[in-house]
Amino acid sequence: MAYPGNVQEAYRAELQSIRDRGIYKEERYIHSPQAAGIDVEFPRGAALQQVVNLCANNYLGLSSHPEVVAAAHRGLDERGYGMSSVRFICGTQDIHRELEKKLASFLATEDTILFPSCMDANAGVFEAVLNDQDVMIADRLVHASIVDGMRLCKAMQDTYKHADMKHLEQKLQEHQDKRARLIITDGVFSMDGDLAPLDEIVALAERYGAMVFVDDSHASGFMGKTGRGTPEHFGVLGKIDIITTTLGKALGGASGGCVSGRQEIVDLCRQKARPYLFSNAVPPPIVYAALKVLDILSASTERRDKLEANTTFWRQGLTGAGFVIKEGDSPIVPIMLFNAKLSQDMARDLYAEGIYVIGFFFPVVAAGQARIRTQLSADHDVPMLATALEAFKRVGSKYGILGLDKKGIIDKYGL
Amino acid sequence: MKDIILEYVKNEYLDEDEAEEIGLDENTPLISSGIVDSFSMVSLKRFLERKYSISIPDDQATPEAFNTVKSIVDLVLRFRKDA
Repeated sequence: MAYPGNVQEAYRAELQSIRDRGIYKEERYIHSPQAAGIDVEFPRGAALQQVVNLCANNYLGLSSHPEVVAAAHRGLDERGYGMSSVRFICGTQDIHRELEKKLASFLATEDTILFPSCMDANAGVFEAVLNDQDVMIADRLVHASIVDGMRLCKAMQDTYKHADMKHLEQKLQEHQDKRARLIITDGVFSMDGDLAPLDEIVALAERYGAMVFVDDSHASGFMGKTGRGTPEHFGVLGKIDIITTTLGKALGGASGGCVSGRQEIVDLCRQKARPYLFSNAVPPPIVYAALKVLDILSASTERRDKLEANTTFWRQGLTGAGFVIKEGDSPIVPIMLFNAKLSQDMARDLYAEGIYVIGFFFPVVAAGQARIRTQLSADHDVPMLATALEAFKRVGSKYGILGLDKKGIIDKYGL
Repeated sequence: MKDIILEYVKNEYLDEDEAEEIGLDENTPLISSGIVDSFSMVSLKRFLERKYSISIPDDQATPEAFNTVKSIVDLVLRFRKDA
């Protein structure tokens, strides 16, 4: 063993620098299952506080749903805890294939391949299907896992201004000499809650002979009238060549992800995608639970309808109270504060009021775009959200920002 | 050269009114202000290489070297001279 002093010193200095920049991430301990109301220990050692959770990706409230929990128990009893193998050696049970087929049917694609997470799906897919004769053209605000996946791929990288179709078209024209062009976007962007204009993207892809990749992690299960995601929302279901998504948000909230799309692309991932080849199969309890989630969602749209109603209530409530929010259709609702310190101060005061939210600022979001991001769930109900709204009004009023527009808030607090 | 690169940065990274709003000039910080990040910097590097027939090794394409149009011009001139 050797842990040289100079290396240890360097690590300590780096940690201190993260603290000094105010971006050190403290984890808060939750003493209850994931839900709209949770028991939180914060600061460490403090008495538990029951708070309304407005920062989970538990969009459909299925993370602790009794039927999902029961299905996971059944999976544990009938198929065991883990596979102790990658898929291609002895890690594939019939239920893995059943889930892949059901996901393909749900997402209206040709086939699906499961990954340990969507992070892994994004890390593996580009390298598996593109080479140095190709180009990847990504929206500049795509998720970090896509950026990492693109960096592992030999194809040329390019980007376009966020959701700017004119700029994307320019890039497509510029890269007509490439063997393959892949347009890469999130379906719903996680920090802003806005949607990629998939109808326009598909039209451009058809015009310029490009494939389309959508990470629909913040949309699968609830965007679109039957919850099939942003392709359904924009009427382009079945036209997306590659969809990646997660089982770790609306679709149960545990872990696991997938690549879903064209048959050959899925087949190539099965042969070549390194995070798939070199990590264990998704554990049976998660597979059983995910199958149950898809059954629940295919039987009824009740949960996504409730989420939509909650989202409408929340967006209207905040706007009516005089907050500046990012407009959109998704259950991700950012309350814009622009100033980093204001976002931290307000999040702290809201916690004292029993509302659990997080303030985000540069470099997580663009400089001068600090915000509190709220996320709705079908597990919330209107009385709960009304209580939360009153707390937001009290805190907003304390800081004198209600009714102020962007310029007003910046004039008062600076950037 | 400065004007050509400024024009490219404006078109590639900013919306029409943004450039005016921030008063983009050769000393405007691009990387440290978040206008350009390491992900989107690739297209700027490729533009410079094509336009000025140079090759910038990855270890020279640092955030510091790309932080202002002024430092970018210095970098291009250095590589042109080396060539």
